[in-house]
Amino acid sequence: MTNSNWNNKVTITKEMVKEHGLSDGEHKLMIKILGRAPTLTELGIFSVMWSEHCSYKSSKLHLKTLPTKAPWVIHGPGENAGVIDIGDNQAAIFKMESHNHPSYIEPYQGAATGVGGILRDVFTMGARPIANMNALRFGSPKHHKTRHLLSGVVEGIGGYGNCVGVPTVGGETNFHPSYNGNILVNAMTVGLADQDKIFLSAAAGVGNPVIYVGSKTGRDGIHGATMASAEFTEDSEEKRPTVQVGDPFTEKLLIEACLELMSTDMVVAIQDMGAAGLTSSSVEMASGGGVGFALNLDMVPQREQGMTPYEMMLSESQERMLVVLKPDRIEEAKAIFVKWDLDFAVIGEITAKGNLTLSFKGEIVADIPTQPLADNSPEYDRPWVKTEPPETIDLKNITVPDNLGETMLTMLGSAALSSRAWIWQQYDNQVMADTIQMPGGDAAVVRVHNTEKALAISTDCTPRYCFADPVEGAKQAVAETWRNITAVGATPMAITDCLNFGNPERPDIMGQFVGAIQGIKEACTVLNYPVISGNVSLYNETNGIGIHPTPAIGGVGLLKDSSKMVNIAPKREGDVIILIGQSKGHISCSQYLSIIEESEEGPPPPVNLNLEKKNGNFVRRHILAGNITACHDISDGGLFIALAEMAMASKKGIDVVLNEGDIPLFAYGFGEDQARYIISTSSSLADIILDAAVKSRVKAEKIGIVRGDSLDIKDCFTLKVTDLLDAHMSWMPNYMSIEA
Amino acid sequence: MKTAVVTFPASNCDRDMFDALEKITGTKPYAIWHQDTEMPDVDLIALPGGFSFGDYLRCGAMAARSPAMELVMAHANRGGNVIGICNGFQVLTEMGLLPGVLMRNRSLKFVCKNVNLKVENNTSTFTNAYQRNQNIEIPVAHHDGNYFAAPNVLKKLESNKQVAFRYVDDNNEPTEGANPNGSQNNIAGITNKAGNILGMMPHPERFIEEVQGGTDGRGFFESIINSLK
Repeated sequence: MTNSNWNNKVTITKEMVKEHGLSDGEHKLMIKILGRAPTLTELGIFSVMWSEHCSYKSSKLHLKTLPTKAPWVIHGPGENAGVIDIGDNQAAIFKMESHNHPSYIEPYQGAATGVGGILRDVFTMGARPIANMNALRFGSPKHHKTRHLLSGVVEGIGGYGNCVGVPTVGGETNFHPSYNGNILVNAMTVGLADQDKIFLSAAAGVGNPVIYVGSKTGRDGIHGATMASAEFTEDSEEKRPTVQVGDPFTEKLLIEACLELMSTDMVVAIQDMGAAGLTSSSVEMASGGGVGFALNLDMVPQREQGMTPYEMMLSESQERMLVVLKPDRIEEAKAIFVKWDLDFAVIGEITAKGNLTLSFKGEIVADIPTQPLADNSPEYDRPWVKTEPPETIDLKNITVPDNLGETMLTMLGSAALSSRAWIWQQYDNQVMADTIQMPGGDAAVVRVHNTEKALAISTDCTPRYCFADPVEGAKQAVAETWRNITAVGATPMAITDCLNFGNPERPDIMGQFVGAIQGIKEACTVLNYPVISGNVSLYNETNGIGIHPTPAIGGVGLLKDSSKMVNIAPKREGDVIILIGQSKGHISCSQYLSIIEESEEGPPPPVNLNLEKKNGNFVRRHILAGNITACHDISDGGLFIALAEMAMASKKGIDVVLNEGDIPLFAYGFGEDQARYIISTSSSLADIILDAAVKSRVKAEKIGIVRGDSLDIKDCFTLKVTDLLDAHMSWMPNYMSIEA
Repeated sequence: MKTAVVTFPASNCDRDMFDALEKITGTKPYAIWHQDTEMPDVDLIALPGGFSFGDYLRCGAMAARSPAMELVMAHANRGGNVIGICNGFQVLTEMGLLPGVLMRNRSLKFVCKNVNLKVENNTSTFTNAYQRNQNIEIPVAHHDGNYFAAPNVLKKLESNKQVAFRYVDDNNEPTEGANPNGSQNNIAGITNKAGNILGMMPHPERFIEEVQGGTDGRGFFESIINSLK
């Protein structure tokens, strides 16, 4: 469909509407809005704007119920990213987004452009990106594609993030067969801006020029948003041409040029061209400001010859932005982009008539009222059924392992719990020289440049829990980020959510979604930890098999005095190890069950949010008082794995004596009860903490002493820390060194 | 000490270098854009890390041909001090100011971690604040740090004591396991024969405050200050 044989006025048939993914109802609504039949370009525009990916048509009814407000929230959902107040006129701006379908088809470019896209969402608001995070889910390690996908995704994230010079400071990686045909790549960016220098996308000022900056437009990524809104089938790999190609070099120049532009007073509004490219950016800017855009597509910088209006409007070429400037500032702005060797083109102006009017070679090829296009998009209340949580399993039905030391090494060296150093060593996690807690701890911590402050960031989700019980699982995901942020001494502020689910047209999947939203809502409400941005990715299925529901949560917290930060490594011989929280031996749905028994039976551990709050606040108070020398939250793999991680981080031994009562030791050690932490403290302060815990009604017990070179659990096992490290460090390098 | 930091398109450790120099020397460095045609009178020019010109073509190849590099060349030829860190090291080899090349890492992967370095001699402009054979910890983060030079060049580097830093293990031994990129003779950094130009892959500018994980990078900058006294 090149220029020569392109006919915008072709009669739109029912088949064409269907191919564009629009339902009959949506077709009728489109004609009603236009008052006539659409042109081909208009059909393309409606199809991407009303795709699930751009319109949130299946999810927005439920998303509206999430708590999004707090005194420190400056901008909640609805902007490119959420914004919170971190004091001193500074703001943290962040969001997490999925790039699942492209990453499965072409892992390197899919993951790379995922990083590029989320970076643009953040710097388009005027923020300098200061940290990248990610949450990755791959299929079973036994699946023939897993190595290829893991290797490509990690290289893509590194290739992009390293070049733009934003540290990738942490994340999480899971393997599960439910992702065999549909991996998840969720990328998060955190940025920093002054509160009086935050830029929004709502356009204003009739006659103001609309400027296109960045890379040229090519044919890549056409219909990417539509692809992301359909299930995968066996021929999905033929969709490779719909995957965008990233150029981190241009992105780095674009960051610098845009931040330079935004340091002046020339900008009225600015928006990145993400999913659905020029279409969604122009529609969002125009409808957000209640104005119209008249664009001359002949002026769009093009990489290829003979591009049609349809292709230009639907291209998802990367590294492009749309800017509305104040009048008479064009030359001044242009000089900045010339300096950075980037395209700069005036492509149109703001009009009073609220339409998106596109001209091409002297003809009007599209003329759509933007308000109804953006706001009257379909909204569905899809039928759903509640996921019934499974029965708790009977401990008597589990074979008690006779050698817990061996079990421990098996767990530490498993795909699920082994070290991710192989991954994070491919990411530059120190560029910008402000990373003060590297990957491998509970939360990553980056300093706020030239201040005492720091931000703590954590991404978490346990899909196994969410599959068994979406409500408790989603609650747990929120609570785990909250706990991880607390464990470094920071105060959790807000979250971004990246909701990955299967086909919402199936009531069971929709039920998982509704359940997860309920869990997030409950957790965020009790923890006073609002949702300020997010993304929904549906249709994560291949040949009718859905992924485990995966509501990935990215939490951000503030540490006012970064010198108070702690990590998971006990510092001195003789320090006392204290367990905070109640251990009940919850082995249902645990890592232990999954790794050792290859079973995912039973419900996830229940999350008592008030208990989380009480225990977490207690721990944070004592970290900030300087009473705690190391702290680790207890999550996957339970108490034993958390103790081993602390021993490995410090390369010091720990002697442990447990008081498990009548709970079988394996369940006590590997159970995944929530709201628990392990702290270390000097022997002189241990009693002070234990007394304070009694007064605060927090369960705390001394369980060990930092000593020697082994993790020694009395009457259970003694393992040298070097042996723990061997088991823990070797799985992934060995796995990845084998040719698939 | 007066210093200048050159920024190329997609340099990304320029700010880190700027901050480190300012913190240690107490004076703000001059910011030089790659197209500048004037260089202030300085004691040190730093070429920072990053991905100048996207590492397209070859790492450092296009940056080496930037207009400002003529000024750097003139400064170096006058005996002025020049350092190139990471991508800056690659630029210096592309300019011919240092011998050898930086090839793709042996693993073919980007590598970011803290490594141990042995200070090979403590008499140079860039190492005099360290002890001889001191084992220091500094981060690396690169895709192309695998130093290679022809046998005769390598021999001369060693006999002239131009190897400034070597990757070593905890016991100060230059083992294969301690080498993050496969460089010849575990070379991490070298100087020119005259001793006024240094290139190294590790990033001393990232390790100058305790909170960053270590302060072993300070000695590098303090050495340069000492040498000017």
